[in-house]
Amino acid sequence: MSDVAAEAGRAEHAHEEHRDYEGAKLGMWLFLLSECMLFGGLFVLYAMYRADHPRAFSAGGSHMDAILGVANTLVLLTGSFAVASSITALQRGRRKLAMGLVGTTILTGVAFMIVKAVEWSGHIRQGYFPHSHLLQGKPGEQLFFSLYYVMTGLHGLHVIAGIAVLTAALILMARGKVTQEHFVFLENAALYWHLVDIIWIFLLPLFYLAA
Amino acid sequence: MTTSEAPPRAGAASYLEDHGRFSGIFGWIFSTDHKRIGILYLVSTLFFFFVGMSLGFLMRLQMLSPHGELFKNADYYNALFTLHGVIMIFLFIIPAVPGSLGNFFMPIMIGAKDVAFPRLNLLSWWLYVTGAVIALASLFGSGLPDTGWTFYAPYSLRTHADIPMAVFGVFVLGFSSILTGINFITTMHRMRAPGMGWFKMPLFPWALYATSWVQVLATPVLGITMLLIFVERIFHVGIFNPAMGGDPLLYQHLFWMYSHPAVYIMILPAMGLISEMIPTFAHRTIFGYGAIVWSSMGIALLGSLVWAHHMFTSGLSDAAATVFSLLTFLVAVPSAIKVFNWTATLYKGSIALEPPMLYALSFIFLFSVGGLTGLILGALALNVMLHDTYFVVAHFHYVIFGGAAFAFFGALHYWLPKMFGRMYNRSAAYIGWALLFTGFNLLYFTMFVLGVMGMPRRYAFYLPRFQTPQVIATVGSWIMIAGILVVFTNLIVSVFKGEKAGDNPWGGVTLEWQIPSPPPTENFLEPPTIPEKAYDFEGAFAS
Ligand code: HEM
Ligand SMILES: [Cu+2]
Repeated sequence: MSDVAAEAGRAEHAHEEHRDYEGAKLGMWLFLLSECMLFGGLFVLYAMYRADHPRAFSAGGSHMDAILGVANTLVLLTGSFAVASSITALQRGRRKLAMGLVGTTILTGVAFMIVKAVEWSGHIRQGYFPHSHLLQGKPGEQLFFSLYYVMTGLHGLHVIAGIAVLTAALILMARGKVTQEHFVFLENAALYWHLVDIIWIFLLPLFYLAA
Repeated sequence: MTTSEAPPRAGAASYLEDHGRFSGIFGWIFSTDHKRIGILYLVSTLFFFFVGMSLGFLMRLQMLSPHGELFKNADYYNALFTLHGVIMIFLFIIPAVPGSLGNFFMPIMIGAKDVAFPRLNLLSWWLYVTGAVIALASLFGSGLPDTGWTFYAPYSLRTHADIPMAVFGVFVLGFSSILTGINFITTMHRMRAPGMGWFKMPLFPWALYATSWVQVLATPVLGITMLLIFVERIFHVGIFNPAMGGDPLLYQHLFWMYSHPAVYIMILPAMGLISEMIPTFAHRTIFGYGAIVWSSMGIALLGSLVWAHHMFTSGLSDAAATVFSLLTFLVAVPSAIKVFNWTATLYKGSIALEPPMLYALSFIFLFSVGGLTGLILGALALNVMLHDTYFVVAHFHYVIFGGAAFAFFGALHYWLPKMFGRMYNRSAAYIGWALLFTGFNLLYFTMFVLGVMGMPRRYAFYLPRFQTPQVIATVGSWIMIAGILVVFTNLIVSVFKGEKAGDNPWGGVTLEWQIPSPPPTENFLEPPTIPEKAYDFEGAFAS
C-alpha cells in the first residue's frame, strides 16, 4: 500500500518539477555562468602571457589561417541562427521544420569540427606543437601554441557536447517529449549552443587575428 | 499537527520506510528524494572523515620523535599529509554540510517538497562517488601522491606520483559541487512555499544560498586549473612549466582564486547551522537577522578578492601584497558581524546548554581563535615569518575543524531526532564533546606555539628542541580522537536504538519542527503555516 502511495507521490512530483519552465531556465543560466568561469581562467592565462610576450604572440598569430577561422565563425553563427529559428518554429507548431533546423545546427557543428581537425593537423605537420623542434628556445611562441591547443581543444569538446545535447533534443522532439507546449529542453540546448558560439567569437581575435 | 489525524495518502509514509521504486540498498543509491540523498552524503562524507582522521592520527604518531616514530622514509609522511588534505577538503568538508544537512533540511525549511532538480541531485552524489574513486585510484599508480592537497606546479608536473588521476578526480568532484550549487540556488528561487518570502527564510538556507553562488562561480576555476595540470602531464604543453616559458606562479593564482573562496564554501554553511542552533537554545529571536544575511553575501563577495594572501612569500609585488593584505583584513568584518550577532542573541536569552548548544558555543570560541590568527597571518611582516609553519596548520584547523566541522557535529546532534526520530544519550554526548574540545585545543594550540618556534609544516622529521610540544600535541590528538569515537558511537547507536524523540524536542520554530520525525516523503502533509518572521519565538509561545 505504502508502495502504491509512494509511486503516486513520485509521479505527481516528477510532473510538477517538469513544469517549472522558469526554474529550468534559471538552472541553465547558472550552468552557463559556471562555464564562463571555466573559460575565464584560460582567458586570464592568455592575458598574462600575452602581456609578457607581445611579439611572440603576434608571430604565433601569423601562423594561423584567418580565412579558415572566419569561415568557421560563419559556420557556427549559421548554426546558432538555425537553432534559434527552430524554437520559433516549434512554438508555432511546425515540428518538422524545427527538427530540420536542429539537424542543420548539428551539421554545422560537425563541419566546424572537420575544419578544426584540418587546421590542427596542418599545424602539427608544419611542426608547431608543444616541444616541437621549431618552437625550441621560443618560450613565447611555445606558450601561444600551447594556449591555442588547450583553448580551442576545450572549446572543441564543448562543440561535441553541444552536438550531443542537440541530438538529444532532436530525439525528444521525434518522440513527442519536446513539444509546442514543453520546449524548454530545446531552448536550453540552444542556449548552450549560443555559449559555444560566443566563446568562439572571443577565441577568433585572440588567436587568428593576433598577428 | 500530528500524523495520526492525516488520512493515509501519497507520500505520507516516513522517508525511511518509503524506498520508492527500488528496494534495499538500491532504494537509497537510486533515490531522488532529497532526504535520502542527504543521508547518502552523510554516510559517505563521514566515512571519508574517518579515513582522513586515521591518516591524521598516523601523522601525529610519526611526530612523537624527531627522527620519526613510524618511518624513516619521508615519502610516507608526504603521502599521509597529501591524502589527509585531499580527503578532508574535497571529500569531507566541502560536500559534507551542503550535501547532507543542506539536502535534507533546506527544502523543508523553505516549505518545499524537494529540490528543483531531484535527478540532478542524485547525479551530484554519483559524481561525488565517482570523483572519490578516481582520486583514490591514484594511490595505486606509479608512486604515492606527495604534492600536498595544493598540487603546486612545477613539482606536480615532475613527481612520479599519478597526478593526472588525482587531479581528474578533483575535477569530477568539482563538477558535483557545481551541480549542487545550481540546484540549491534554483530551489530557493523557485520552490519557496507561498508566503515564504526571501526575508522570512531561515538563516541556514540563506547561508547555503551564498555558498551556492561561490560554488557555481569559483569551482570552475579550480576545474580548469586541475584540467591544465592534467593536460600538462599528458601532453607537456608547458603552460605552468618554467622550463618551457610557463609561469608556475600563475598556477598558484588560479588555484587560490578557487581555494580561498572554497574556505567560505566550508564555513558559510556552518555559520548557517550556528544561526539555527543559537536561537533555538537561547529561546530568543536571532539578533540582527538582516545583518547576518547580508554578511553572508558580503563574505561570499569579499572572499573572492583575497586569494593572493596565500602567496605573500612568492615574490608578489609589494603593491599587490599590500592590497591583498588590506582586503584580507576587510573580509574579517562580515565574519565578526556574525559573531557579534550570535553573542547578542544570547544576551538575556534563556539558555539551555544542550549538547548542540555546547558545540555552537565552542564554534564561536574556536572560530574566533581561527579568525584572529588569520589576521595575524594576513599581516605582511608576520606572514613572512609564519608562512608554511605549524602556525598555518593550527590556524586552518581552528577554522575548518574547530569551526566548520564542530558546527556540523553540533547540527548532527540538533537534527538527529528530526532525521531519525530518535534521541541520543545525553551524558555520552557531553563526555564526547568534552574530550573532543579538550583534545582539540591541546593538539592545535600547541601547534600555534610550535609554529612560532619555527616548526615548518609538511616535515617528516624535526629538530630535537621541538620534541616536548610535539609530544603534547600528539597526546592531544589521542584525546581528541577518543572524543570523536565517543561522539559517533553515541550518534550511530541512537539512530538504531535511541529513545523516541517526538516531533519537536527542542522547541524549535523553523518549519522542519512542524512536521513528523522522521519526515514523510512528501515533507508536508498539509501546507505549512509560515511564521510571521523567521525565529518568531514570541509568536510561537503566545499560541
Ligand atoms: C581528525 C583529526 C585530525 C588530525 C589528527 C589532523 C592532523 C593534521 C596534521 C598532523 C597535519 C599535517 C601537518 C604538517 O606536517 O604539515 C594536517 C594537515 C592538514 N589537515 Fe588535518 N587533522 C585532523 C582533522 C582535519 C580536518 C577535520 C580537516 C578539514 C576539514 C583537516 C584538514 C587538513 C589539511 C587541509 C591539511 C594540509 C595538508 C597539506 O599540507 O597538504 N584536518 N592535519
Ligand atoms: Cu585564503
